[in-house]
Amino acid sequence: MASRHQNIQLNDQGQLRHFLTIEGLHRGLLTQILDTAEAFAALPGRPIKKVPALRGRIITNLFFENSTRTRTTFELAAKRLSADVLNFNISTSATSKGETLLDTLRNIEAMHSEMFVVRHSQSGAAHFIAQHAAPGVSVINAGDGRHAHPTQAMLDMFTIRKHKGDFTPLRVAIVGDVLHSRVARSQILALNTLGVTEVRVVGPSTLLPTEARCLGVHVFHDLDEGLRDVDVVIMLRLQKERMDGALLPSEDEYFQLYGLTSERLEVAKDDAIVMHPGPMNRGVEMASEVADGPRSVILQQVSYGIAVRMAVMSMCMQTRDDAGGEM
Amino acid sequence: MTISIINGRLIDPANQIDEALDLHIDGTSIFAIGKAPEGFHADEIIDASGSIVCPGLVDMAANLREPGFTAKGTLASETAAAAKGGITTLICTPNTDPVIDSPTVIEWIHRKARKLAQARVLVAAALTQNLEGSQLAEMSALKKAGCVALSNSDQPLANTLVERRALEYASTFEMTVFLRPEDRHLHAGGCVHEGATATRLGLPGIPSAAESVAVARDLALAEHTGAQIHFRSLSTATSARMLREAQASKLPVSADVAAHQLHLTEMDVEGFDSRCHVSPPLRTLADRDALRQAVADGTIAAICSDHQPHEPDAKDAPFPGTEAGISGLETLLALTLKLVDEGLLDLSDAIARVTCGPADLLNLPHGRLNAGSAADICIFKADSYWTLDAEQMVSEGHNTPFDNWEFTGQVTHTLFNGKLVYQA
Repeated sequence: MASRHQNIQLNDQGQLRHFLTIEGLHRGLLTQILDTAEAFAALPGRPIKKVPALRGRIITNLFFENSTRTRTTFELAAKRLSADVLNFNISTSATSKGETLLDTLRNIEAMHSEMFVVRHSQSGAAHFIAQHAAPGVSVINAGDGRHAHPTQAMLDMFTIRKHKGDFTPLRVAIVGDVLHSRVARSQILALNTLGVTEVRVVGPSTLLPTEARCLGVHVFHDLDEGLRDVDVVIMLRLQKERMDGALLPSEDEYFQLYGLTSERLEVAKDDAIVMHPGPMNRGVEMASEVADGPRSVILQQVSYGIAVRMAVMSMCMQTRDDAGGEM
Repeated sequence: MTISIINGRLIDPANQIDEALDLHIDGTSIFAIGKAPEGFHADEIIDASGSIVCPGLVDMAANLREPGFTAKGTLASETAAAAKGGITTLICTPNTDPVIDSPTVIEWIHRKARKLAQARVLVAAALTQNLEGSQLAEMSALKKAGCVALSNSDQPLANTLVERRALEYASTFEMTVFLRPEDRHLHAGGCVHEGATATRLGLPGIPSAAESVAVARDLALAEHTGAQIHFRSLSTATSARMLREAQASKLPVSADVAAHQLHLTEMDVEGFDSRCHVSPPLRTLADRDALRQAVADGTIAAICSDHQPHEPDAKDAPFPGTEAGISGLETLLALTLKLVDEGLLDLSDAIARVTCGPADLLNLPHGRLNAGSAADICIFKADSYWTLDAEQMVSEGHNTPFDNWEFTGQVTHTLFNGKLVYQA
């Protein structure tokens, strides 16, 4: 049964034991993740790209939802930390044969992994696994339903800090399908925790949560209004299946209203950066001229993703080791 | 066998009694109230000093799981749980396997419950065949077999035309139809209230409008057909307001609310607590308060358990993948009395909502202490506190968010048909 109202991500000393959501983490901890990632980000430029931090450790990717890209960056991050990696793509195997998630978990636990990286289509799945995992196992959320995708949010924060330095004066606009986006939820929490001046969400009512304001954002329906004087523009992916559910009339109208072009970007600050968590639909969320343009930092996001994931993995493993393998 | 229950405070809302009175039982029925009649000799005396003696509770909606889902509960386990909760009359829902859509299943349940003799099990039979929402059930035959209402459980009807026909046909036989108002399109696969918590946790939401749209539709059809309808388990302030207005315009419409809806809100889902996964979902504080108000002013005349026992696995998964429902028989009285503690109702009105309130809605003779009527009695301590331990529940389902809650009103004795079926 779920434990109530308690932050299971932290141990008694306030150190990170799981990384499930940004919610409940304080600014110091987020900054520590970014600082740790900073050191790892220097690695790709060096002849030996690995550090021995997690040598002999087993990290298991538990992907109940397909994602080659995210899984690969986690795998690369684990390998740069010298850990051994097991990959399980479970969407097509066990659970479809009637095995419960808990049974799957117990089976994989028997392989003595120290860390699970979990992706699942249901909100709360990473919490559930963290609550039920053996005491010495850390859980990192690689995306659960519409709930959270905290490592993606932290790599976005890392990218923003690289370009802007201080978070406090920033105005950030998040544009598109916030309703279905775990990335947006985690970004909003991270930006507010790091103390930005304003977070805006921009989109039609069908793609914004009914109680969006409770996330600590200003709601805009007009892109030009929403982009005015912002320092950072984050475009969200619009999944093709959204066209089927009467959420939007057409891709074309969406692009007309919310697609980012260089012209529309003019109302933002001159040095505004443009981000996208990928994979991107060119001509739907964003014109190619912007995606490939000078303001775009989309490809940097991808490479920073490895450093941030290394940081989170090593911090969680450190907490585990400090506790003598038991948390 | 004769029994006298002495020294208790007798509360019988149906007869507006609230005073220190003894109660005497002869065989299966109540023999007299007050002084023992001349020549009455009690074989057994129950001393109810410091306790309240009231009619055994009547529960409008309990999923008893048998036949078909005996891993979740059986008639034996759940009627024993009812006895512990002071409940002597249960109206079971038709969503069993096989569905209660034929006289055979009704008779099977009646016979089995009679044999168990822990509580009276009455049946709300299926409104449509196999609860599939399209073909009407054989209502006349079901009525003859003894069902007390018709219900499509939580399954939707195919369309408004089927609903119209079902209400018309049911009204031919003057049968009450239970409706669980929910527009399945607006429900859209949600699992929690579409509000602040759903937004933060990224859980698919069910808007309040999913209920109010259905209430509006059902009221329009009730008005059109003249059928007697009863809304099961309302959850929103808007529904309560619409119900009040409909009653003011003399529509024959009633409603109940699940006891947990009067105490929990969407915020209790925090931390993905699957024990709070219920249908209809827990809504806002404003909704909860409006429901409480509707209970207080009698717009909602019945509080029910909406009992849904589950095996542990049903709740052991990521929140959206868990089954909805709370095992509620053993907390129905406690949650109702909590409203008295919180100053919303006086004790007599609170008891009415779980005794004569529901009984009157279905014209049942139960939930009252009349001489000659069945001796269904609940005795509970009003003033001492007790703590719920989910592990110790009698129900097969230990799925409750009220584990470790402190309550008043611990049941000490339950008598059903003059027989002691539970004693603490």
